[in-house]
Amino acid sequence: MDRKKLTIALAGNPNAGKTTIFNHLTGTRQKVGNWSGVTVEKKTGRITKDNYDINVVDLPGTYSLTPFSIEEIIARNFIIDESPDVVINIIDASNLERSLYLATQVRELDCKVLFALNMADLAGAKGIKIDAAKLSELLRVDVVFTVGNKNEGVDTLVDRAIRLAESEEIPQSERRVRYSRDIEEAIAELKEMLEAQPKLFYNSRWLAIKLLENDQIVRDRIKKTFGTAAEPILDKNAECRARLMDIFDEDPEILMTDERYGFIAGLIKEVVSVSGINRVDVSRNIDLILTDKYLGFPIFVFFIWLMFQLTFTLGAYPMGWIEEGFALLTMATEAVLPAGLFQDMLVNGVLAGVGSVAVFLPNILILFFCIALFEDTGYMARAAFLMDRIMHLIGLHGKSFIPMLMGFGCSVPAVMATRTIENTKDRLLTILITPFMSCSARLPVYIVLAGTFFPKNAGSVIFLVYLLGIVMAILTGRLFRSTLLRGADAPFVMELPPYRVPMAKSLIIHMWDRAKIFLKKMGGVIFVGSIIVWALSSFPQNVSFSKDYAAEIAAKELSYDKKISQSTDATVRERLQAQKSEAVAALQIEKEQERGRHVFMGRIGTFIAPVFEPIGIDWRGSVALLTGFVAKEIVVSSMGVLYAVDEKGTNELKKALRSSGMTALSALSMMVFVLLYVPCVATVATIMRETKSGRWTLFNVAYSTLLAWCVAFIIYQGGMLIS
Amino acid sequence: MTHLSEVKEGQSATVVRVGGQGAFRRRILEMGIIKGARIYVEKYAPLKDPLELMVKGYHVSLRVEEAALITVENVTNGMDSTTANG
Repeated sequence: MDRKKLTIALAGNPNAGKTTIFNHLTGTRQKVGNWSGVTVEKKTGRITKDNYDINVVDLPGTYSLTPFSIEEIIARNFIIDESPDVVINIIDASNLERSLYLATQVRELDCKVLFALNMADLAGAKGIKIDAAKLSELLRVDVVFTVGNKNEGVDTLVDRAIRLAESEEIPQSERRVRYSRDIEEAIAELKEMLEAQPKLFYNSRWLAIKLLENDQIVRDRIKKTFGTAAEPILDKNAECRARLMDIFDEDPEILMTDERYGFIAGLIKEVVSVSGINRVDVSRNIDLILTDKYLGFPIFVFFIWLMFQLTFTLGAYPMGWIEEGFALLTMATEAVLPAGLFQDMLVNGVLAGVGSVAVFLPNILILFFCIALFEDTGYMARAAFLMDRIMHLIGLHGKSFIPMLMGFGCSVPAVMATRTIENTKDRLLTILITPFMSCSARLPVYIVLAGTFFPKNAGSVIFLVYLLGIVMAILTGRLFRSTLLRGADAPFVMELPPYRVPMAKSLIIHMWDRAKIFLKKMGGVIFVGSIIVWALSSFPQNVSFSKDYAAEIAAKELSYDKKISQSTDATVRERLQAQKSEAVAALQIEKEQERGRHVFMGRIGTFIAPVFEPIGIDWRGSVALLTGFVAKEIVVSSMGVLYAVDEKGTNELKKALRSSGMTALSALSMMVFVLLYVPCVATVATIMRETKSGRWTLFNVAYSTLLAWCVAFIIYQGGMLIS
Repeated sequence: MTHLSEVKEGQSATVVRVGGQGAFRRRILEMGIIKGARIYVEKYAPLKDPLELMVKGYHVSLRVEEAALITVENVTNGMDSTTANG
């Protein structure tokens, strides 16, 4: 049996409960992706009902369809270009007047519309009664009451949508907003000219309205479609606009916004009755404490602290399990596969690389659970409200605070968390400066270097490095804000939605979406990346060593074994045994070192060493920094190998570092470089994914590395001058 | 006549004119802060910026510099019912 295909789009204000209704409609059968070309999340889901195969598309939440933000452009273009069978406009019943602004705009488009008056229970509690029949009659729109978080009315909504899709009724052109006489006259004039066009691509009244509103996108489209025929229309439009401006001393788009609200005010008067006095507004009472002059900040700091505690303390347990799992997997691979190149690639390349990233999964899950909690309860808007003053100094929105703070944990989830920032430029800027917040993977490097060269005040030095990162983030923010990402800095018109009890289902879906992205995409990139790094540090295989290490080791072992067997004293034998393993280990390390210099990674390191010389880092440091691209903590283990110590012994490394010619100054320079240079491959991949732009990703890589070098140069050379 | 940024916590005022330009002005209007709307200043953030308003029954925040572009009149103490219920 063939099912009939339908497309239903959900439109509505942010916080109108759109996502909740979407989740109820589609359950787990939803797909999260991106709208083509942009990073705004696109959620779609399939449902089957009766004989229908319905594709439900969750449009971005917007307050209007004026194409100012990317969300609004997406929502509008979807309705115009994809012409869904039905658009369900979800309206917050407790916030009817403002919600109807979007609704009147949707009503002006050529599409079949159904209204869902959501959260009617909340409206009732506020003492607001809505006459749905009247509203339906006045706007000629079917109205369904829903309570999203209780799943009430959602089934009816689907039934009505199907009925509407199947009805012959052409979208009503009457009962839309009527503007004042002068405006209607201008609309009529433009409409007539538009209708004469053979290539008319959309409802002429709507196009005329948009032209009068000076809508750039519609203008461009008319120019493109009509060609030269567009000119007289645009001239006429300019004339009409000038005339209206002359009469009203105001831009037509402002007049029309006013008139839409006027129309809405009329509707409200007809359909809404407010009964009795104001009930207690729970949300306001919560805010008496949470955004209080004195308590607001301490509580905010406490919540953030709690989030970090949960993420890193609670996350440590499953992290351990994953590590153990990978260790088992490594052992199994080593046991099952014969030793050789393939086994080496799997163990030291794939498993080591993917394993080092997979361990972050629990952290990411917990972190995103907390963020989902902040968002779904409505606290996120309060956090932005509290922090905006501070973030505005860098030219950023209050919402940028959370991702930047998360950057101290790990840049990967931090960059992903920028999704809560609606404005594209703000978001890009936040992504670019977040990696300067020193992530936890860089800490081991500081601990080793500062511990070695600044034993007395390692803590202060590390603190200064962190501070430098923050300063660089602020300076970079200000620099980019006034150059590359200038202008259109979105006004801070932010709704503070009422607090709501979050739904477990929403939280879990939210968290799982992020985890899926992390696993799928990161898995792919990390997989390839670790194989490349493994290959670079394992090839060429045929190292022609300066001496025959195997033979020397065998000789050493033999000579010690002889001595051991000759000795009768147990303590002497023990001492000799220890000396033997030390001598063998020393040879093996020497061999590793020689191999390390010989393989591609080492050659690259030796090759680029001159670049690092002015900042006081030798070839070994250069190679260590290169390997740090995989993950910052690898810098430490690379140094372990390169500076010829057993990986385990931190004290040994400290000794070796001190005798390697490294000075306190070059150590400081190296720490600063580690702080600022290109983030790890997982972060770069995330930036690539989130910005959808190879150019911005490359820019970030180049900028951060260049900045790192310059700052390290100033510190090192400046220090040399002083001393 | 005064600016919205000068209205104190706990006071209401009527919008006379929304200044500024382009996207900002349009956005403010679309959020319902239009001529004639009654606005109640709920509170200022701990660092005195931004501020929280109640208009048409919902809460919205604006930066002080943005509120300075909105001219208001008829400043009174307390909240009227139209602000609370939209």
